[in-house]
Amino acid sequence: MEQRRKERLDRGIKVRSDGLYALMSWRELSYLTLPRLVLIIGMLMLPFLMPNSYWQRVISIVCLYALLALSFDFLAHFLGLVSLGGAFFIGVGGYLSAIMNTSLGLPPFMAIPLATLLGAGICTLFLLPCLPLRGVYFAIVTLMYPLALARVIEAMDLFGGTDGVLGVDSFPNPWVEQYFVIAMVFLFMFGTRRLVNTDLGLVLRAVKDNDQAVKASGMSITYYKAIAVFIASAMGCLSGACLVHIYMWAGISLFALDFSILPIAATVIGGGGTLVGPVLGCFILVPISELLREFGTLRIVFYSLVLMAFIVFRSEGIMVYGERKYHQFERWVKV
Amino acid sequence: MKNDQAILRIDHITKAFGGILALNSVSFDVRKGEILGIIGPNGSGKTTIVNCITGFIKMTSGKVFFHGRDISGKPAHKIADMGITRTFQIMRPYYSLPAYKNLVIPLFSPRAKRTGGWRGGGQLGDRNTVGIDILEEIGFERDSYVPYKAASTLPTGYLKRLELARCLALKPEIILCDEVFSGLSMSEIASMVPLIERLQMDGITVIMIEHRLRELFRVANRVMVMNFGEKLTEGTPDEVMADEKVKEAYFGSEEVEEVMTYA
Repeated sequence: MEQRRKERLDRGIKVRSDGLYALMSWRELSYLTLPRLVLIIGMLMLPFLMPNSYWQRVISIVCLYALLALSFDFLAHFLGLVSLGGAFFIGVGGYLSAIMNTSLGLPPFMAIPLATLLGAGICTLFLLPCLPLRGVYFAIVTLMYPLALARVIEAMDLFGGTDGVLGVDSFPNPWVEQYFVIAMVFLFMFGTRRLVNTDLGLVLRAVKDNDQAVKASGMSITYYKAIAVFIASAMGCLSGACLVHIYMWAGISLFALDFSILPIAATVIGGGGTLVGPVLGCFILVPISELLREFGTLRIVFYSLVLMAFIVFRSEGIMVYGERKYHQFERWVKV
Repeated sequence: MKNDQAILRIDHITKAFGGILALNSVSFDVRKGEILGIIGPNGSGKTTIVNCITGFIKMTSGKVFFHGRDISGKPAHKIADMGITRTFQIMRPYYSLPAYKNLVIPLFSPRAKRTGGWRGGGQLGDRNTVGIDILEEIGFERDSYVPYKAASTLPTGYLKRLELARCLALKPEIILCDEVFSGLSMSEIASMVPLIERLQMDGITVIMIEHRLRELFRVANRVMVMNFGEKLTEGTPDEVMADEKVKEAYFGSEEVEEVMTYA
């Protein structure tokens, strides 16, 4: 019987376009920049393409989930910490921004950055005890905090208790809102992609690969984990802070587990470790979720099916698959 | 030698894992610039000594002095930062990274920034270049693209060198080599031995834990023998080999003949 196997070859153009050569020809320049340009222009066009304000709002929500998914992907694939902390980050960032806005009277564009930084600091501090540990502890602790905080706020009637913080200022207008969140997604997407290739990013990847060797190199793994967790929770808190100004309300539902689970699903679908895939995943999952809104809670079933299908048939995710097809020739050869 | 020449003084360290004494009140001095071999049967506590000195596990009691300063109980990264580095018996490279990128990580550490990496003084420059230079010094052929291969594709011999290179990137004062010869072919060991001797010429103190006695006795200035978590004896390779206790406890009657003839 004739046996065949698939042979994969890097496109020559890719090998050459890694360095300075790319600047020398339009072909190679476009090979490198086109995918990025398509993404950027596509996302910038989206608010115009949406039929009504409801779908424009969906775009903003997609972007907020995209930030959470980026945060998950960054921690999971470049630091080796599986975070279920989306809800925690959203809650802390959201409440902080809401309180700063209503109590201190800060306008949204001051409250959001402050809530982002302060929230990231608080989240990092809360997570510090489990950073020296390896294994599932981080996942469990990040899952525990949102559950606990929601109950604490409810039981002690903090920050308006079950009513939440009312009367939060909105963005000046929907266009500002959408382009602000889109800009933030760009900032953090390209920012983290750049970061993981710097020397600091290498150290983070080394912590994931082999934390003992990092220790033996005279570096504190807790310190580097804390840096990465700060960056990741900043993304989450920013997302939460924007969310309360979009909904003009902060409440216990900010600690909902959707914020932890959906980013993970989006990362699986989009392709982990690419720091673009999770964003794409959100652009697929969140609109589907909106389309299925009339099915009520049944949409979770549909969701699970989509997720299951991806895990079984394309476990690498869209982006990893796409990158491979883009960068490599594939052909069948006789063995 | 006088005591003040001891760069590292191990003072009655004991390590108990539950009820088992892995180390029972072991003391020894390490002199500056020497190569000290530590040998002993499996389970005699050799690797535990390395782990205790470098802070990877906490000793139950006892003290370690480095340049007369008590460093016992300090976390592993602080001890490495002072210049006491180690290799791992089971190699721990960063498998997903190319070999030279493996060195970017130690070169990024505070100690490397202070000392300028191996041989360097002052500015570190581009870490990738420095990394490749170190790899070339330690036996990676620059032109054969070995430094650029992913660590996961490298054979054992190169991984052992990579372990050493990771230590060297920190410009260490002491390197504790945990079985760098094990799993290597004779020719690979033969090329490793001059490397260890060069480290000594560079003024680095080397502590070697080995099972390959023949090769160890060739490079070591002094040898310490462990058995059941206790220090049996120490001395020059010749003294150790002549010791009756060592023969009984460690070598077994036949093997020692063989070692003595070859060494």
